[in-house]
Amino acid sequence: MYVIVVGAGKVGYYLAKELLEAPEGHEVLIIEQDAAKCDRITLDLGDIALVGDGCEASTMATAGFGRADMVIAVTGDDEDNLVVCQVAKARFNVPRTVARINNPKNESIFKLLGIDTTVSATAAILAQIEQELPTHPLIPLLRLKGGGLEIVEVKVPQSASVVGQRIGQLLLPQQSLIALIVDAEGTPRVPSNDTMIRAEDQVVAVTRRESEDALRSVLTAPTPAGARGRDQ
Amino acid sequence: MKIVIMGCGRVGATLATMLDADGHDVTALDIRSEAFKRLPPGFKGRKHTGNGIDQDVLARIGLAQADAFVAVTQGDNRNVMATQMAKQLFGVRRTLCRIYDPIREEIYRELGLETISPTLVGARMLKDLLDQEPVAAESEV
Repeated sequence: MYVIVVGAGKVGYYLAKELLEAPEGHEVLIIEQDAAKCDRITLDLGDIALVGDGCEASTMATAGFGRADMVIAVTGDDEDNLVVCQVAKARFNVPRTVARINNPKNESIFKLLGIDTTVSATAAILAQIEQELPTHPLIPLLRLKGGGLEIVEVKVPQSASVVGQRIGQLLLPQQSLIALIVDAEGTPRVPSNDTMIRAEDQVVAVTRRESEDALRSVLTAPTPAGARGRDQ
Repeated sequence: MKIVIMGCGRVGATLATMLDADGHDVTALDIRSEAFKRLPPGFKGRKHTGNGIDQDVLARIGLAQADAFVAVTQGDNRNVMATQMAKQLFGVRRTLCRIYDPIREEIYRELGLETISPTLVGARMLKDLLDQEPVAAESEV
């Protein structure tokens, strides 16, 4: 494949390097306005850099956009990446265009304007954070005077291993006690040992501050693969 | 008419001043607040500091209610992107986009934008003046 990369920042540099090293043996050209950056690339990766403005049709013609299989615009500016890809499509019929975007909200307008693929580091990192943060956090409601006890609330997710178990079966941390359960319909129940935990239950519990994590884990951790019934 | 002008440089500020004098409801948008110093003291329109290619900013200034949008920042690509957002995301009826690069201007005109290239317009005017020179020289003699 003939791949043209516009923008020789860190993303562009490593992208070009990886493409060159790929076993498929791609032909790669990188366009960059800054001549010093181009010199460094020539030194490191060989004669694959072209000094010029990747948004200018004359540079694009010189670079051979007309025979490119893919154009990847990875400058730091969303508007420049948009124009590179739009002109590549409109003028040079490039079959596949990829644009880096910084503002994740630009994804929809780029799609609307015919860019085939958008890649957003911001969105990718956000997605990671959303995975890392517990989606069913334990919310401290009230600290009880003395003794380091507090009242907390946890929502039981669909995937939790406690779903379908009775409270008497649960291995709660020391000095922890389930005080109230509000089910998905909003009906409160005072739990006994025979009360069954259901998905989406809001569990209000008394616990020690240092046991918060253990309690959350009991109430929200998903069933480990192949470990079903281990506690029974 | 409610008109949003993105870019308050010489052209943007002059245009905003003219439209304001004509009684239009003008909003000037620029990424640098110092740019509004170019507007005259009696300017009755709104001044907004913000990035014109950020759709949150465009929403905040009420672009969806605007009758016209004019993009005259220094960057061709910013103008192109903002104009397309005004059209496609905010449904602004009339959009005008300044593009210095004549080739890019032609491409985006073909793609359906209402564009103007001051480079071409300016060069043509200068050429016309030069073409007239022999006549003017003759009349002076």
